[in-house]
Amino acid sequence: MKNEEINFGKSEQFNLTMIPGSFARKMRTCKIWQLFRFMVINIKMLIVVSKSH
Amino acid sequence: MARLIIMGGGVSGHTTATFAKKWLGDEHEVVVVTPNSQWNWIPSNIWVGVGQMQKKDVVFPLAPIYSKAGIDYRQALATEIHPNGKEGSDKPYIVIESTKEGEDGKTEELEYDYLVNATGPKLNFDATPGLGNGKGELSGNTVSVCTADHAVHANLELKQVFEKAKKGERQKILVGTGHGMCTCQGAAFEYIFNIEHEAKKAGVRDMLDIKWISNESFLGDFGMGGLHMKVGGYAVSSKLFAESLYAERNVDWIIGAHTSKVEAGKIEYELLDGTMHEETFDFAMLIPPFSGVGFKAFDKDGSDMTDVLFAPNGFMKVDAKYDAGAYENWKASDWPRTYQNPTFDNIFAAGIAFAPPHLISKPMSSPNGTPINPTPPRTGMPAGIIGKAVAHSVCDMIKNGKDAHLHEASMAEMGAACVASAGKGILDGSAAAMTVYPVVPDFEKYPGTGRDTDYTFGEIGLAGHWIKHILHHMFIYKAKLKPGWTLIPE
Repeated sequence: MKNEEINFGKSEQFNLTMIPGSFARKMRTCKIWQLFRFMVINIKMLIVVSKSH
Repeated sequence: MARLIIMGGGVSGHTTATFAKKWLGDEHEVVVVTPNSQWNWIPSNIWVGVGQMQKKDVVFPLAPIYSKAGIDYRQALATEIHPNGKEGSDKPYIVIESTKEGEDGKTEELEYDYLVNATGPKLNFDATPGLGNGKGELSGNTVSVCTADHAVHANLELKQVFEKAKKGERQKILVGTGHGMCTCQGAAFEYIFNIEHEAKKAGVRDMLDIKWISNESFLGDFGMGGLHMKVGGYAVSSKLFAESLYAERNVDWIIGAHTSKVEAGKIEYELLDGTMHEETFDFAMLIPPFSGVGFKAFDKDGSDMTDVLFAPNGFMKVDAKYDAGAYENWKASDWPRTYQNPTFDNIFAAGIAFAPPHLISKPMSSPNGTPINPTPPRTGMPAGIIGKAVAHSVCDMIKNGKDAHLHEASMAEMGAACVASAGKGILDGSAAAMTVYPVVPDFEKYPGTGRDTDYTFGEIGLAGHWIKHILHHMFIYKAKLKPGWTLIPE
């Protein structure tokens, strides 16, 4: 059974939000995609840091 | 030769002291007064609290670092400030009480030219009956991850819960805030998802009921009134972002809650609608509220002038607008820029020690009059940036005179990066990586969200977790003043 089918059914609190599907969850641990995101997040953080000093 | 005293050796105090010494050199004296013998990278206490790191991984002794830097280090508790000196002397001074082994309780007067209050907070466990032991310390009813020792203890208790779960005993875990006026929801947020991750690894997740309890009026408030972040091309509220994570990980939540009493295995709490409830638990980690450390200030004639230097919550008054009034009147410009005390221009406060002008989140209270709202976070990156700006100002005043231009670091013009891990493995961990710009929303500049959505974003994944690892090693490297430490930003 899909993860979202289990969790959406558990409570009204859970039912009224969004739950990632299997693709979104796989991308969170996909090394190639995450390496790309690692660079993007770092650049964004460096911009925020530079704007804050 | 001028003497600068910094009270506190945490993120803010350590930053102020090390930069001030670097800029002032041997011509002037920099003194750090802190009751602790070790520096603690507090964000990684979370990993100690789930057994993924040892205490030794998150602390190091301060004495050799300060000795190398040429900083006069006093392991002592500062207790009194005498900003006008005493009879017979106009020289301001503080009173310190040694916490060094063998010299416990020995008091000393330390004169200063400039004083920086960077003590951080008092962990006010006793604000909630049963959360503290009545002596200002954590009671045995719950655990904490606020200090490295607390985190070590939390892990031991957690392992017992996991053992019981392995034997087939269903266990209830409660994590969140232990009072209606807490801050630092982020630490509890990180801890609950690390517990969830470790429970899965240990094969006991199905035997655990994990619940969040918080004083936030909505999930994802984080003491900043929530934030709108760019996720998947949408600008969405952190409420949706946080609720999604809780639902995905099967973690129930109670929000708008003031924990009013703690007993062994049970808490009582009041909700924003005024109703009273109880919740039982086998393991609970509840963050205490923060207050000032309880300094007393005295005038030359010995009269108490604590209220001149400090707000009623014990935090030090700085150049903030404390009379902003109702929520509707709050502005980004209410927030301090230089952190200079308005009465004494040679006294500054940095990090958690300064008194914020008001909350960031919308003030809320129950029909019974109980305030239930998060207080403003000012830990981590803002604490470091403020510490550095204060060091700059003091150094300029020492070198160029008291009229020197003061450096500014308003939280309404500063961003923060926050990485909340949710499991530690290099390949199976994950983290919610967030940046927020600015920390204090500026609704005059950004009328809709109060923040720049180009630089306020969040996402969950392995990348954030790698960043969390790098930050751990990078900031400990910087705090140890190893080669190139000044190149690492706060």
